Amino acid sequence: MNMRRQIYLLAISFLICGGPGLQGYSATSGSNVDGKVKSDTARSLEGYFTPAASSAKRPDPEGFIQRWLLLEPISKPNRSNTVFTDSYIRKAFETEYFPGQFTVFPKDRQKVKAGTQELMWHSLDSKDFNVKLYRFAYGLGKETYGVLFWTATIVNSTRELRNVRMAVGSNSASMWWLNGKEAVILSGDRRMVMDDCVSKSFTLNRGKNVIRGAIINGPGMSDFCVRFLDEKGQPVKDLTISYE
Amino acid sequence: MLLCCLTGIATSQVGKPFIHDPSTIIECGGKYYTFGTGSGGLISEDGWTWNSGGVRPGGGAAPDVLKIGDRYLIAYGATGGGLGGGHNGRILTMWNKTLDPKSPDFMYSEAVVVASSDGVEDCDAIDPGLLLDPTDGRLWLSYGTYFGFIRLVELDPKTGKRVEGNEAVNIAIDCEATTLMYRDGWYYLLGTHGTCCDGANSTYNIVVGRSRKITGPYLDNVGRDMLKGGGKMVVAAGGRVTGPGHFGRIVLGEGIEKMSCHYEADLDRSGRSVLGIRPLLWKNGWPVAGDNFVEGTYEIESERRGYALELAVDFVRMPGGMRGFNHNNDEPVKPVPSQKLEDVIKTWPTGNIDVRLGDYMFRPHQKWTIAAVPEAGGYLGGPYYKIVIEGTGRALAATADAGLITVPEFTGTAEQLWRIDQLTDGTYRIMPKSVPNSSQKFVLVSPGDSTPALAGFNMQSDNCKWNFRAH
Repeated sequence: MNMRRQIYLLAISFLICGGPGLQGYSATSGSNVDGKVKSDTARSLEGYFTPAASSAKRPDPEGFIQRWLLLEPISKPNRSNTVFTDSYIRKAFETEYFPGQFTVFPKDRQKVKAGTQELMWHSLDSKDFNVKLYRFAYGLGKETYGVLFWTATIVNSTRELRNVRMAVGSNSASMWWLNGKEAVILSGDRRMVMDDCVSKSFTLNRGKNVIRGAIINGPGMSDFCVRFLDEKGQPVKDLTISYE
Repeated sequence: MLLCCLTGIATSQVGKPFIHDPSTIIECGGKYYTFGTGSGGLISEDGWTWNSGGVRPGGGAAPDVLKIGDRYLIAYGATGGGLGGGHNGRILTMWNKTLDPKSPDFMYSEAVVVASSDGVEDCDAIDPGLLLDPTDGRLWLSYGTYFGFIRLVELDPKTGKRVEGNEAVNIAIDCEATTLMYRDGWYYLLGTHGTCCDGANSTYNIVVGRSRKITGPYLDNVGRDMLKGGGKMVVAAGGRVTGPGHFGRIVLGEGIEKMSCHYEADLDRSGRSVLGIRPLLWKNGWPVAGDNFVEGTYEIESERRGYALELAVDFVRMPGGMRGFNHNNDEPVKPVPSQKLEDVIKTWPTGNIDVRLGDYMFRPHQKWTIAAVPEAGGYLGGPYYKIVIEGTGRALAATADAGLITVPEFTGTAEQLWRIDQLTDGTYRIMPKSVPNSSQKFVLVSPGDSTPALAGFNMQSDNCKWNFRAH
């Protein structure tokens, strides 16, 4: 939810006196009409993620990459997502928060020190086409708002693929690098929309290709989705995804 | 189509139309109503001038209203609104026989909860939108915001309560203020995207996806599911207003549809959030906001033949004729002045002059200046206009015999006032406020290529449609 709207609704709240599975997504608790607040003490990643297996994983049927190494959120307080101008996020993402941020490919369970925070990398498979960072942070009992996420994965191709684009959607702003080069930047108060921003055409190497991403969020949900598109705009699915 | 350079747009209503998250505008007892976040709402006698006065108990956020039978069903969200970003919301519905707080029948039923969110799940139960499916009479409600999914539940149209055993269906993400509509075999899901509640910096905009089934999937024009963030733009900022949100559809008749919304900021009104009413157009099966009529000087072109409305006066030739052949092409070229009003007006009769349709030649007798008449009031989405020959007071008027004439000076009588509605195909309907000695609802038509008249409106006939062209 847009935090400004949240605040707006909060302001007015003081004045207040007062068939399953039809599609692929069925709300699990939509029949709840009692208005009670659910206890949030039992937090977990279950429901959104599974631990990444050692076996190879392919993109989903639409080409979305679901296997990612996710670093626990770095605290980066922002009361609004409207501050995420291009200049702001470039500065935010070019800052080194932990050693080897841009050079070392992380390992599962590896810990890094970001300022006073000790943070751990988690290799996970998302159950959805997108990676729900809010749920990642929430499930681990970490900060959910005013945070910066780092993520990485390895895309393996059995052949060189030319004229490929990386297509990204993110909530909120984000920046992405492929094999060490900047590929896509999504500035502003963004909602996650598939194929929102795409990179220029590039060549996907035969063998390993490293994707890094950084996503920043003030208040509200945070998530991202990434896939590759060929020169005809069709998803590239002939890939395997690994975390090492 | 209105083809011109936009110099100024009346994009919001007059009076004190200050509101946020308005419900779909609805008519009751000859007046128009909309309710917003907080308590209360706006009332309009004519659909153009809006002021506070609506009464809705329960407070909360972003209501919607639907007439079912002879009653009005009101849905609203009682958001948790917790300081820490709580998302435990509730959607409630209640009934009233009338929306007029002065009516003796004005009494809301006790509100009942029809959906909720527990503060943890991927949904925040606010922003309800109602649809009574015209194909089978089933009642649906969508709700939700950026915190997770937009959900759809079914209500009982007799009670307004949740259908027993009904399970919510996720139909979209990353939008809010959703509502549904049905047209020509398609269900449309409208959602508001972008940043809310940031005044002139609000990026709110309205997007749409469509489905053959009420439960989705709702896909946009490039096939993206709204569950993956898809959505085709219906309306964004423009003119001097930013952040349109909270779509509502109003069908006034075949081919005449309006959409209501709020603008996050009207820069001509201290940047306040105001009610907006615009034409709703349909292009290739997709809804898109039309533009409210812009005052200016235009050719009034018939959709039938493409001829232009003009005074029935003698054609005055411009000097010169065909330049002929065998001239020296190396001679310097120079502009030829257009014919001016003073070149011809003395040839015109001084009394009433008939009108007709003819080839447009950008001559003075074909140029019509159209301006709002503020003291004349308006209709849903617009003010009444006068239509005069440019540079004169000579005004187009309806006659008692379903004809047209121009009078030497505009006097403000009802037959000289015109309603202009953009139709769903982008053309315009032009309608006198009244026809002398008649209660007929006539519009400007072209029964012959060269002959204008007044007759009943028929959306299927190009005789009834007009374009405004600025040259």
